[in-house]
Amino acid sequence: MMLEIKNLYAGVDDKQILKGINLAIMPGEMHTIMGRNGSGKSTLANVITGREGYAVIKGDILFNGESILDWSPEDRALTGIFMSFQYPVVIPGVNNTYFLKAALNAKRKHKDEKELDAADFLKLIKSKLAEMDMDANYLQRGVNEGFSGGEKKRNEILQMLTLEPALSVLDETDSGLDIDALKIVAEGVNKYRSPKRSFLVITHYQRLLNYIEPDFVHVLIDGQIVKSGGKDLAVDLEEKGYSWLGA
Amino acid sequence: MSNEQQIIDSRLKADYEYGFVTDIESETLPPGLDKNIIRTISAKKEEPEWLLEWRLKAYRHWLNMEEPQWANVTYPKIDYQAISYFSQPKKKELSSLDEVDPDLLATYDKLGIPLEEQKMLSGVAVDAVFDSVSVATTFKEELKKAGVIFCSFSEAVKNHPGLIKKYLGSVVPYTDNYFATMNSAVFSDGSFVYIPKGVRCPMELSTYFRINEAKTGQFERTLIIADEGSHVSYLEGCTAPMRDENQLHAAVVELVAHRDATIKYSTVQNWYPGHPETGAGGIYNFVTKRGTCLEENSRISWTQVETGSAITWKYPSCILKGDNSVGEFYSVAVTNNFQQADTGTKMIHMGKNTKSTIISKGISAGKGQQTYRGGVKIMKGAENARNFSQCDSILIGDKCGAHTFPYIDVRNPSAQMEHEATTSNIGDDQLFYCNQRGISTENAVSLIVNGFCKEVFNELPMEFAVEATKLMEVSLEGSVG
Repeated sequence: MMLEIKNLYAGVDDKQILKGINLAIMPGEMHTIMGRNGSGKSTLANVITGREGYAVIKGDILFNGESILDWSPEDRALTGIFMSFQYPVVIPGVNNTYFLKAALNAKRKHKDEKELDAADFLKLIKSKLAEMDMDANYLQRGVNEGFSGGEKKRNEILQMLTLEPALSVLDETDSGLDIDALKIVAEGVNKYRSPKRSFLVITHYQRLLNYIEPDFVHVLIDGQIVKSGGKDLAVDLEEKGYSWLGA
Repeated sequence: MSNEQQIIDSRLKADYEYGFVTDIESETLPPGLDKNIIRTISAKKEEPEWLLEWRLKAYRHWLNMEEPQWANVTYPKIDYQAISYFSQPKKKELSSLDEVDPDLLATYDKLGIPLEEQKMLSGVAVDAVFDSVSVATTFKEELKKAGVIFCSFSEAVKNHPGLIKKYLGSVVPYTDNYFATMNSAVFSDGSFVYIPKGVRCPMELSTYFRINEAKTGQFERTLIIADEGSHVSYLEGCTAPMRDENQLHAAVVELVAHRDATIKYSTVQNWYPGHPETGAGGIYNFVTKRGTCLEENSRISWTQVETGSAITWKYPSCILKGDNSVGEFYSVAVTNNFQQADTGTKMIHMGKNTKSTIISKGISAGKGQQTYRGGVKIMKGAENARNFSQCDSILIGDKCGAHTFPYIDVRNPSAQMEHEATTSNIGDDQLFYCNQRGISTENAVSLIVNGFCKEVFNELPMEFAVEATKLMEVSLEGSVG
């Protein structure tokens, strides 16, 4: 099992948000979490990636069979958990090349692999840029500095393609994207799918699911998964809303 | 001869009653400041009469001055009579490195300044100031070929008295301010540079300063003159060992750029900042740096990376007299733990079409307090003057502070002024973003800070830029997490 969430209770500032989540993701699977604002979707993503300020009250999260609750965010990242941010952060003056190379080499070092030099990295990143239909001037720009909403999300997927995580948590990656950008992002995700890689896609809307096909859809209401099913569940939700599920 | 002069002369001839405190390695005058001390300094340096007179005038002026209180820094009252005003290594005026005290060379090694290697590898001429007297000067020959004069201030007084007499105090007069005036009275040594007409100095000129003796104030005096159409880049780097008592450092730097000349002055300052948990023992750095763009199309550029000192009080400035002259100030200042800095610049526009740029980046961490203080003055005759100022501050943690005081005084309506200022935190969200990509918090801080400082680091010569990046990492070690 790649990711196993067991009876997870978690929250922020004494406020309990997740109330007993159980979820199991096998290698190669794509799971989607759908829910309204405030249902706890982003909290789940932040708890998995170990963000400060999110406290686990009860339960456990296992990654490849090991509990990761005591792990630092960077250790979780280095071991293969990646999050595409809902609001990617701007780091002024630090160019994308430098940032991504630092991230990739941290990961390679962690795996006892040789760090890439500038030339090798450039070759690699240029091929990834082409995949995401991004301009080479991206490399000289600051991390997300002056990026449009669509560019930021594309950048997240580009980073995913470069860092090659085992588990990708995509937090509202479809929000703020026009249809063309949405297609490019979805294409990136689809190309990246493999029997060894898993996804947890967090989304508000069904529209991303027109382009990427999840194996499972879970509906999150008030910190609990109230219903799970196949991709048809997403279509039902789009038609009927969340209220028929008792919320 | 005046009555007073006679008294001075008689005192000078008399034996100095306190004698020297001499240990194995160095000679130091006893603490205190009076006319005798100044005469002794001047006599030891075999200075001409006029220079002693200049020092004494400064001293008399200083006696009637008040220590400035307007800076946004606090420190216990300095007892100026408890400070020794002169110290020098015993051996001096050596002709080759072989004659240099091996211990001294070992100290340079520790500081990462191996003279020999620098000679061979980096092509940087080094006029090393150890305490107060220059003990080694390299690359003299190459510079001589180009006609460049680069020597210690004392040597220049002996060998180029005409230039010293003409320019000393021409930018920073001995009456200028409390610390500059004190420096004028007691300055020990420093560097002198003269670039003749039309010469592009063939190498970066570099001086490393270092404070060695406990309780010995350092009073460096530097004078750089770029004659018509010449170009020079000067690097100054400082580092000091651990200390228990506060040390006073009051340097003066004067730059003069003639027609079409350019002076680029870069500093990496890393004086001992004081004990990280108590703040005890750090250097007090009260420096006056000023340049005059004397004639048309001249340019003076200050770049500074200030990471050290317990207290920094420093405003490298430009007087833009010549038409079309340009003044620039690029600064990164770090205050961590108990450090305090009140720093900035002054740009005085006098000539037509003069232009100035100010880029100031302040980083505060720990309990550090930092103030940017900048003055831009457009005088009446300065038609079409332009200034651009940008002052950004970044805060790490919630116990530090950043303050900005921009003063703008415009007396000519054709002036164009732009001022931008930002203050931000190193956000938890930025750190988490880096962490989530596998970058450790420590590396993330240095990455974010280096990105923040990039515009300034870009102005530094290559070797200095590398040094500066490392210095930032060391200075901010442990400031997060």
